[in-house]
Amino acid sequence: MKTVYIYDAVRTPRGRGKADGKLHTVRPVHLAKTVLESIQQRNNLDTALVNDVILGCVTQVGEQGGCIAKSAALYAGYADSVSGFTLNRFCGSGLEAINQGASSIMSGYFDMIVAGGVEAMSRIPIGSDGGAWMIDPDVATKTHFVPQGISADLIATLAGYTRTDVDSFAVESQKKATLAWEENRFQKSIIPVIDQNGMTILDRDEHIRPGTTVESLSGLRPSFLEMGTKYGFDSVATQKYPQVTEINHIHHAGNSSGIVDGASVVLIGNEEVGKKAGIKPRAKIKSFSMVSTEPTIMLTGPGPATEKALKAAGMTIDDIDLIEINEAFASVVLRFIDEVGADISKVNVNGGAIAMGHPLGATGAMLLGTVLDELERQNKSTGLVTLCIGGGMGIATIIERV
Amino acid sequence: MMKIHLDENNIVILTIDCEKKPMNVIDEEFVRTFHQKIEEITSDETNTGLILTSARDEFVAGGDLEMLRSIKTAEDCVEVTSLLHKALRKIERWGKPAVAALTGTTLGGGYELALGCHHRICINKPKAKIGLPEVTLGLLPGGGGTQRLPRMIGIQSSLLYLTTGKQLNPEKALEVGLIDALADSEGDLINKAVEFIKANPAITQPWDDKKFRLPGGEVQSPKGYQVIPASTAMMNEKTHGNYLAPKNILCAVYEGCQVPIDQALEIELRYFTELVLNTSSKNMIRTLFYSINECNKGEARPKDVPASKISKVGILGAGMMGSGIAYATAMAGIPCVMKDISEETLEKGKAYSAKVLDKMIERGRCTPEKKEEVLSLISTTTDPQDMKGCDLVIEAVIEDRGLKARVTQESEAVMPEDGIFASNTSTLPITGLAKESKRPDQFIGLHFFSPVDKMPLVEIIMGEKSNEKALAMCIDYVRAIKKTPIVVNDGRGFYTSRVFTTYVSEGINLITEGVSPAIIENAGKMIGMPVGPLAVADEVSIDLIYHIIKQTMEDLGTEAVDKATLDLSTRFVEELGRLGRKAGKGFYDYPSDGKKHLSPELSTLYPVSENQPELEEVKDRLLYIQSIETLRCLEENILTTTRDADVGSIMGWGFPAWTGGTIGFVEYIGPQKFKERCLELERKFGKRFSPPKILDGKESFYI
Repeated sequence: MKTVYIYDAVRTPRGRGKADGKLHTVRPVHLAKTVLESIQQRNNLDTALVNDVILGCVTQVGEQGGCIAKSAALYAGYADSVSGFTLNRFCGSGLEAINQGASSIMSGYFDMIVAGGVEAMSRIPIGSDGGAWMIDPDVATKTHFVPQGISADLIATLAGYTRTDVDSFAVESQKKATLAWEENRFQKSIIPVIDQNGMTILDRDEHIRPGTTVESLSGLRPSFLEMGTKYGFDSVATQKYPQVTEINHIHHAGNSSGIVDGASVVLIGNEEVGKKAGIKPRAKIKSFSMVSTEPTIMLTGPGPATEKALKAAGMTIDDIDLIEINEAFASVVLRFIDEVGADISKVNVNGGAIAMGHPLGATGAMLLGTVLDELERQNKSTGLVTLCIGGGMGIATIIERV
Repeated sequence: MMKIHLDENNIVILTIDCEKKPMNVIDEEFVRTFHQKIEEITSDETNTGLILTSARDEFVAGGDLEMLRSIKTAEDCVEVTSLLHKALRKIERWGKPAVAALTGTTLGGGYELALGCHHRICINKPKAKIGLPEVTLGLLPGGGGTQRLPRMIGIQSSLLYLTTGKQLNPEKALEVGLIDALADSEGDLINKAVEFIKANPAITQPWDDKKFRLPGGEVQSPKGYQVIPASTAMMNEKTHGNYLAPKNILCAVYEGCQVPIDQALEIELRYFTELVLNTSSKNMIRTLFYSINECNKGEARPKDVPASKISKVGILGAGMMGSGIAYATAMAGIPCVMKDISEETLEKGKAYSAKVLDKMIERGRCTPEKKEEVLSLISTTTDPQDMKGCDLVIEAVIEDRGLKARVTQESEAVMPEDGIFASNTSTLPITGLAKESKRPDQFIGLHFFSPVDKMPLVEIIMGEKSNEKALAMCIDYVRAIKKTPIVVNDGRGFYTSRVFTTYVSEGINLITEGVSPAIIENAGKMIGMPVGPLAVADEVSIDLIYHIIKQTMEDLGTEAVDKATLDLSTRFVEELGRLGRKAGKGFYDYPSDGKKHLSPELSTLYPVSENQPELEEVKDRLLYIQSIETLRCLEENILTTTRDADVGSIMGWGFPAWTGGTIGFVEYIGPQKFKERCLELERKFGKRFSPPKILDGKESFYI
């Protein structure tokens, strides 16, 4: 097996995923082009050395349909010889792109890959691609499908997390992200999105709300209360979890991941291709994993995924210096920390998706870039990235600086 | 069965009249005739239109369940049903207008015939009903109903009628779009139909137009993505996955609305066939249609006893039960006299009827005049002499043998010689009470359920000596007050209380074993019981359970009672004051300012063990225990028919309808498989699960 090196990582800032968000005027293919062009330019890369562009994209309809990875590679001026592949592993897509790419490089199938993701949630709404699991009555019935927010509230109910617990976590995310931006900690990877006249459209994460407090969050109504009680989903969940009499609805817009637009890519390859391209590796991939767990509670994959990746790397959680777990919902992170016994001071040190947003298909690669930057800034060695995924899946990747 | 008349405009009037049946219903012969007639009508080019109507007060009341019951294979089901589809498609694609001229009630398959026409007019009869009630018998509208209705009024609206079976009168049906117009009379009906045909000489169904879009949004659209998942979840919240019909309806709508109508009908037919062959649906049809009808018609009534004369009913005791019985009696137009020792109680008792009637007036289901008329039929007294002239006296005093004996004797002293005395006891054996009667053969049990005005069942209990005349009188009376009678023999708890108690006891056994109370309650709801066993215990009150069990123990010894229930109820009543809802605490706590919730103290009293049983096992225990006890009732001749067992269980204490009743459930599992599972449960949990002998070698309880 060949060792897979990480040569570089870039991302766009994340724009608020609404009509008044700065990136709402920007096509997703333009976002993908922005990061593809940037990683080529920063590394003075001969794109003919790149075998494949793999992009995660969850809602592949309309302008995000038709294999946006290949469209974006062509649009960004990559060589005709570069193939493109778009994948959907729900929220794990961006990291899955990297892991799939890594597998190909390890096996010798490919030498160099640009992997990442893109999602313009303000333009292509989440869920607008339907899908049998959610929409088909037979499938939904058989699998006890509930929306993710219900699952997040179920996790909190089972673990006994209170509204204050999850809101406090959300406030911390905002504080950490605000500080990280104040100290320019993301500077290395953020690529501003510019228009055809060279004017900047967005150059910083737009979703953060500095100054958020537990008090300011306390007024927000639980987002999934009505869905759970009026539209039957709580009952569907408790039919699977009969030890629960009532689901405690504590998640809301302020302690769940933000809906945003953005794109990200990571440049990975084997040792030889790096030499050929004249670039230096920043880190290597130690191990990665994919698991799937019970689908109704759905968001409990990160724990088992992490254990599996640690085992493959021959490490324990204490060997990891920094952890990035996607803040899909506050309870997901709290449960993960409890489950794997992580040191909370190592987790999401620069905030996460509650503050900065979660552009579905792009998030995984963003988190990998974020942890790499921070390892370098703190001069530490090992990092773990993990995300919960629809359907009960979980994904993790462990990297080590070289 | 169907007559053809050609009018002066060359419009064909096809009139349905199923002479051999009490109502117009669609059976196999109907389908074949209809298909053939439609072929004929549509192939004659001189015809200008079709009016489909009926010679009866109703248009068509639905599909013939006897036909559906007789279908044994998927092929048979598909063959007959496709013929109906073919005929309706022929009408739709004829190019000439077809009008459904509805003379009245139009249900199920009848309404599907109307949907296959281009226009629907109904005579405005306030009592006529329009709708698709198939789901209530575990079926779906298999004549295109799941496809044409959403195409006509949209997915969301159609699901309301398809998944609940909701029926509307013609005015309401017009309002929501189930029909297109109202007519005042039969003449007006045909005139309006002719007018429509003349005004629309060439017509196509909207869904045969290439540009057709589903009203309210397509399946694969933001609107569809909003409506369908929520509808699925709400359906599963209600059914807990126990009922196949609502799920199949949702599936048929979801899948069918994504393809053209012809293919959509194929999809519907697959889901329909699955239901026709499904055991749960068969059980539901048997119990909820046939058995209930048999009970209501008085199948159990001794045939040679002449119709009873009930000129006046006496009611002893004006408490909850007495006042409810008085209300039901007066509503049936029968004068009654309610006796109690307290004037105040009597006043309250009569006020109860007034209250119920006022509520009905509020909802527009009663008038002030009718209220006065009903109330005028209820008189009150403190004098036992006033039982004079009562053909039937119903005793509803507290469960005290001495008191019951006294009021029996007082009444019998003045009642007509041939009068019948009935006790509404729910716990004391009738034969024992009859010993205090001077006419034990005219003494019988008449067990009402609370609240009487809402509960549809009455359990008639034959004491050892109760005679046929007493039984006939009770059945005539129960039918007169529009309730459903079942007839059982005497024994402790009779049938309903005896079996129902096992549900509560099993819940108590589970909690004392350390099973999580939440799991117990959720398992109860998941099998389809209205509430969990612990919630039920709180409602009936734990001190009542305690008193009954103490009484049983005194009468029959410790062996005869459930030990867990004895221990727990003793502890709850004697030590903890946890008497149930009325005390503000039982298994649940009832805070005055909030929702009831399982008491956190339970986990101290009965620590929840770390290893919880499989959910399926908990569910099985709660269901099996009730069916096992019912089988014992059959064995001991407490029950003489499976019909009474099934109807009594569903209507009496809300045993889940999807099973078809307590014996229906045994049939659903299969008697031999049921027995095997009993043996497994017996090994783990003891003798109360030992399979009754009646199961030995049994293949079916209904052949």
